[in-house]
Amino acid sequence: MRTSTTSEPDHEFEDLLRELTPQVLGAVVRWSGDFAAAEDAVQEALLAAATTWPRDGRPDNPKSWLIQTASRRLIDEVRQQRARRRREERAALREVPAEEVEEYDDTLRLLFLCCHPALTPASAIALTLRAVGGLTTAEIATAYLVPEATMAQRISRAKQKLKGASFELDADPDRLRNVLHVLYLMFNEGYTSTSGPELHRSDLSSEAIRLTRAVRKQLPDDGQVTGLLALMLLTDARRAARTGEGGELIPLAEQDRSLWDHDRITEGVALAVEAFETPPLGEYQIQAAIAALHDEVDRAEDTDWPQILALYGLLEDLSGNPMVKLNRAIAAAMVDGPDAGLKLLEPLDDELAGHYRLDATRGHLYEMRGDHQAAAEHFRAAARGTTSLPERNYLLAKAASLS
Amino acid sequence: MTKFMLLMNMDGGNCDTPMLEWNEADMKAHMDHLGEGIERLRKSGELVEVQGLTWPSHAKVVRASSVTAPVLTDGPYAESKEVLAGYTMIDVESEERAYEIAAWQSAAPGPGGVPLEQPIEVRRVMESDADLHDF
Repeated sequence: MRTSTTSEPDHEFEDLLRELTPQVLGAVVRWSGDFAAAEDAVQEALLAAATTWPRDGRPDNPKSWLIQTASRRLIDEVRQQRARRRREERAALREVPAEEVEEYDDTLRLLFLCCHPALTPASAIALTLRAVGGLTTAEIATAYLVPEATMAQRISRAKQKLKGASFELDADPDRLRNVLHVLYLMFNEGYTSTSGPELHRSDLSSEAIRLTRAVRKQLPDDGQVTGLLALMLLTDARRAARTGEGGELIPLAEQDRSLWDHDRITEGVALAVEAFETPPLGEYQIQAAIAALHDEVDRAEDTDWPQILALYGLLEDLSGNPMVKLNRAIAAAMVDGPDAGLKLLEPLDDELAGHYRLDATRGHLYEMRGDHQAAAEHFRAAARGTTSLPERNYLLAKAASLS
Repeated sequence: MTKFMLLMNMDGGNCDTPMLEWNEADMKAHMDHLGEGIERLRKSGELVEVQGLTWPSHAKVVRASSVTAPVLTDGPYAESKEVLAGYTMIDVESEERAYEIAAWQSAAPGPGGVPLEQPIEVRRVMESDADLHDF
């Protein structure tokens, strides 16, 4: 039974705090230069908001209120520490004037800090989810299937590593590339992973989309950013059709396209077109264009394979990634027949030796060619090589259906 | 991050003296070495779980049967050379890192402080691959 003091969760309040947290944290970090201390202070300010706002009413400017409260806590903390250490050491501490903080949105700055090149990608993602995404350590730990204490350590070490790191919004394109890469990995982590409680994993994808939207809001003219957002939306739009009832993988050509999220596709296609018209062309724009070509047709057989083949050619020039070559071979098979594809796979024997993807692709191309025995052998070899259970089941089923 | 399970076997190192017969100081040095490694993993946020298993003489094997109730027998036998002593589950950045940690465990000292060079089996946990593309 519910007691009368238990109130329904106030979603509007939660959403507001979630949106303001990175801005507030960003402002306090910028001002204090100490990430770890700033985060503690912001947590306390959020706690204070949660207890006083429902009682006294929401302040006129919640962001400013939170920044003021957090900075006061931080000053108190610093004062206490200093008093403990050396009484005579008194630096001039100033409060942040309210008018100074309102014009900035520090979310992007904070994101750049969390995606610092000194951190490993895994640590950068965890820290970003915590500081910018507002997820609790427990939520992040659940998503990664590790104990909360493990994730807490990982985040705390990441924070320590950032001590003294510059909090300038770096115009360096390398920094932006790093941020986009972290968001891309975060998205993939949620999209392709089949382990763990599914809801939590797809939260990672949603969070990556939300953060990429935030980056785009501030860098609307950057083709890479727009391209990445388009790629995420176009990929995520297929989520409901990607797995069957038993969690088995359904390849693109066999998906029930009525299950695709057509609002996402419309938005994604528009963004992909916009991104493609914004040079210089990078990998995200091209991948988004390929995803758009897949998503905008109602039937798999209507797919514009010649154009996809041309795009994979562009992508191959940009990146030496063997996976790109592999996808290009599939597109070539769709355009010029399986033999053309098989020929393009030959040079990959060295680069991708023993990789299940190479075997799986050969399986598909031999199947297209009508060579069922060779196809089944390659599918079985691929099944032995994959580490993903749904993928293994899919490959074994393919092999069984052909022998 | 990728999860690996490091399996430590009871035997197979360069030491013929069963662990139960080691003297106290050697035993302590051995456990301290392993403990220190675990503590580091805890601090670095790479540790998922670590467990030691009880002696195999306490183990049982359960096997389902189509004719009777499940059959319970005494399990891994003393003469078996490779008996699982314990395992460490880690979540690390790379395969190389997993091997590094396994090497540390393998170097735990045995009698007289001589590194035991126990074989540590490194098994990757089945998870998904991180490629974005469907095909």
